Amino acid sequence: MNPLLQVRNLITRFHTPEGTVYAVNGISLHVNEGETLAIVGESGCGKSVTMLSILRLIPIPPGEIVAGEAILHDRDLLKMKDAELENIRGKEVSMVFQDPMTSLNPVLTIGRQISESLRVHLGMEADMAKRRTIELLEQVGISDAEHRLGDYPHQFSGGMRQRVMIAMALACAPSLLIADEPTTALDVTIQAQIMELVIQLRQQLGMAIIWITHDLGVVAGIAHRVIVMYAGFIVEEALVEDLYENPKHPYTASLLAALPRVDRRRDRRLKSIPGAPPSLLVEPKACPFSLRCEFALEQCAGENPPLEQISPTRKLACWVDISTGKAR
Amino acid sequence: MNSSQPLVVVQNLVKHFPITRGLVFERTVGSVRAVDGISFEIFRGETLGLVGESGCGKTTAGRTILGLYPPTAGTIVIDGTKVDFSSRKSMQSVRRKAQMIFQDPYASLNPRWTVGAIVAEPLRVHKLITNPKERTERVKELLSLVGISNRLVNRFPHEFSGGQRQRIGIARALACQPLFIVCDEPISALDVSIQAQVVNLLEDLQSRFGLTYLFIAHDLSMVRHICNRVAVMYLGLIVELGSRDEVYEHPQHPYTQALLSSVPIPDPKKDRMRKRIILSGDVPSPINPPSGCRFHPRCPIAMEICSQTEPEWKEVAPEHWAACHAL
Repeated sequence: MNPLLQVRNLITRFHTPEGTVYAVNGISLHVNEGETLAIVGESGCGKSVTMLSILRLIPIPPGEIVAGEAILHDRDLLKMKDAELENIRGKEVSMVFQDPMTSLNPVLTIGRQISESLRVHLGMEADMAKRRTIELLEQVGISDAEHRLGDYPHQFSGGMRQRVMIAMALACAPSLLIADEPTTALDVTIQAQIMELVIQLRQQLGMAIIWITHDLGVVAGIAHRVIVMYAGFIVEEALVEDLYENPKHPYTASLLAALPRVDRRRDRRLKSIPGAPPSLLVEPKACPFSLRCEFALEQCAGENPPLEQISPTRKLACWVDISTGKAR
Repeated sequence: MNSSQPLVVVQNLVKHFPITRGLVFERTVGSVRAVDGISFEIFRGETLGLVGESGCGKTTAGRTILGLYPPTAGTIVIDGTKVDFSSRKSMQSVRRKAQMIFQDPYASLNPRWTVGAIVAEPLRVHKLITNPKERTERVKELLSLVGISNRLVNRFPHEFSGGQRQRIGIARALACQPLFIVCDEPISALDVSIQAQVVNLLEDLQSRFGLTYLFIAHDLSMVRHICNRVAVMYLGLIVELGSRDEVYEHPQHPYTQALLSSVPIPDPKKDRMRKRIILSGDVPSPINPPSGCRFHPRCPIAMEICSQTEPEWKEVAPEHWAACHAL
């Protein structure tokens, strides 16, 4: 099966007055049709910048996509003309952002905002676009959709706004939906509603989803496959069950051990990871996690391990086998 | 734990924020009933968790207990003394005994002050150490307690990461050797790998100095880890209160049940097996809370009585309380 989107060796940097920020350092990943891929990592790990780079949504300058390709349907998004890309953004690939308040236009009604992409991308007439907008709002669970078309974003609650964002993203039936921390700003009960909605829409519409998050709990509930990022690198990639059952990268293992569990009695102190992520202003030479890693060997400080295929469904970038503590 | 004496007793605490109209002839047209009559005790040396969704009043409750907002009604007793909110002197003694750690480590430290000045402020204000040299020594000691190198005492907050800033906030809270600390979402602005560091630090400090915590959070997994007892708030009221494992394993209130079932579990197999109770709708406005039980419009098991009368507080198991008509 051919992947829907194939990203190869993506490098993105930002040139700031403080120096060059090495945000994304050679990322390769793919998404299959109908699959949900989760990208997890902490703030600054490059998970959002990777996705924004693919759609060329980072400001240039200060940003720079130094190298890489992003192939969607045999065409490279990174080399396309702007006009061609306009046809893909919002139509083939659409995005839902973390903060629904700042990503909706506060002075336009939501009906206008959703129908905009229908009219621009699909060339629908006004009344047809309106009918489709109502359908979309109903699909994402907004009751009394017809009467809410004329409402402005501030008249909706946070969870409802995120539903509006999802309706907007689904307007042109994209084959790929990129969701960047879509539930982070929401309360848990609302988060559960949105996750259920997305799972149900995926089953109905069959689109692929890239779900960016820092929450390993959310990943467990929604993803088929997971990519773990750290300091601009992919450190581990695995099917969701394998990753949680048997994490192979020390960072993944430590993150899982640092999480308290709502479903278990407390049996120990939390395992904390010492230190903080490295500065992205320094060109990475060693393994970026080596300074915080309990398994670090001498070679870890010398050379950054490449991301290697260790089984048909698994990739790992680490010199150490954490089950033995010795070099792999 | 419960055999010991309560350090903090909160009785019928109410905090309403008035909504006003008009510039010259300002009049009150309504009020946000952020906290609408809550009572609980916190025992010496324990951590009480206060959980709920945004807008449920948990932060307002914490701030009102420390007198950052004057309460609309109710009494608070800290360490055997009733807090008199109109007396400067009483408030000053409360603030020596009770301190706060804030949610946002970026907004809660003055960006123009050095770390040393920030941590020394409580010592100066309460005239605990008047000699500047001794004060600096004490500041360095406090910083090393929270794991900040004392060489950094003359740096400014922006030179530190989020986790380090939260440590500085903790050092400041410890400066006047309080008995009681309100931790208002102290880790929710931090990354996962840093959260564990701060939580472990809070636990170490608690056992070392015998501190009592009110831990306000929306992260129910972390609350289960760190707290001895848990109180669940919904729209200004406590709906359930009990010991940690009792509440998490046998939640009685339908809201607690839904809340706990919504928390994602980092275990895909278990997470898929779980039965989620998905609540419909959003939290209603605290300006105009629903009649009867405030949860009834979203409650999956609401009965007729629920919209008419407010449910009473019942002891469903020893030391486990809940307010629901279905019990």
